[in-house]
Amino acid sequence: MAEEVKKIMFTVRKPPHGSIYVYEGLEVKLIMAAYDADISVVFMDDGVFAVKRGQDTKELGIKGFEATYGALVDYEIQKVFVDRQSMESRGMTEEDLVIIGEDEDTEEPIRPQVVDASEIAAMMAEQHNILSF
Amino acid sequence: MLHTVNKSPFQNNALTDCSRYVQAGDVVLLLEDGVFAAQAGTTQSALLEKMMEQVTIYALSADLKARAIKALVAGVQVTDYAGFVELVEQHKIHSWL
Amino acid sequence: MKIAVCIYEGPYNHEASDSAYNFIKAAIDKGHEIQGIFFYHDGVYNVTKLMEPPQDDRHIANRWSELGAKGIDIVVCIAAAKRRGIVDDVLVPNVRISGLGQLTMMAIQADRMVVFGD
Repeated sequence: MAEEVKKIMFTVRKPPHGSIYVYEGLEVKLIMAAYDADISVVFMDDGVFAVKRGQDTKELGIKGFEATYGALVDYEIQKVFVDRQSMESRGMTEEDLVIIGEDEDTEEPIRPQVVDASEIAAMMAEQHNILSF
Repeated sequence: MLHTVNKSPFQNNALTDCSRYVQAGDVVLLLEDGVFAAQAGTTQSALLEKMMEQVTIYALSADLKARAIKALVAGVQVTDYAGFVELVEQHKIHSWL
Repeated sequence: MKIAVCIYEGPYNHEASDSAYNFIKAAIDKGHEIQGIFFYHDGVYNVTKLMEPPQDDRHIANRWSELGAKGIDIVVCIAAAKRRGIVDDVLVPNVRISGLGQLTMMAIQADRMVVFGD
């Protein structure tokens, strides 16, 4: 019997740049995407700041990662979600979100999917394991 | 789901954040600085009471004792590391770091 | 049940390491198999033999090493370790440096993955 593909979720709840968690957490996602797992990533709470467009870390002198988010779909990480309430309460709209790839056929940009907390809770309940990053 | 919260609610929103994503029947374990939420008679007690309408809340005894927390919000269960393991046996887990 | 544990914070500075250790001891006592312990972020500092805590304090690195001696796979992330100056030469016995693939395998194979951090 074929082994079922395991669902692994990443939750990102910390803001970027003030600490390394978001950056090193992204490294985990890129590695794990190469394995046979059904991966999803959820940006919630302060994690939504990590997917805000237009981050410029040059003056800070650290490597940014917005460009890497732009390749998530290329890494076959398509299930990327943002919690609606977290986003809106932080003064952000869908247009503020980074682009994570483009549609193969239409070449339209793909952004993370904005969902409600109840949908996230339902997804969490379906996971094999959840990693907070 | 088992949700673990390790932040003081007086300093950090982790518990409030967690409360938005729990489902009826879920379990929340307060540990480390998270146990400060379990203290009775604080400005955060109402949050715990509200959460307990749909979830069971546990606090880790070692962390309560270390912080001299004795009077707990009514309904909060106390458990030890063995109990923590049992909760992990029964549920998938998410840490609200 | 197969349980994997992830630790994100350094020793002494944060309670995560102690919580994880106490949890793992209780899980072993209950007969569970610890699939692996993975150190990430500043967690990589947990297993350096260069630490020398006061004699009346717990020796966190030795504690992990003793669990490793019992056959538990203790893995330090190579990318996080290199960034922080942790290399094979400074590790206590019974732990190893390896890649994030190890974390992936733990997440896939373990029945439960418990994360301790800040």
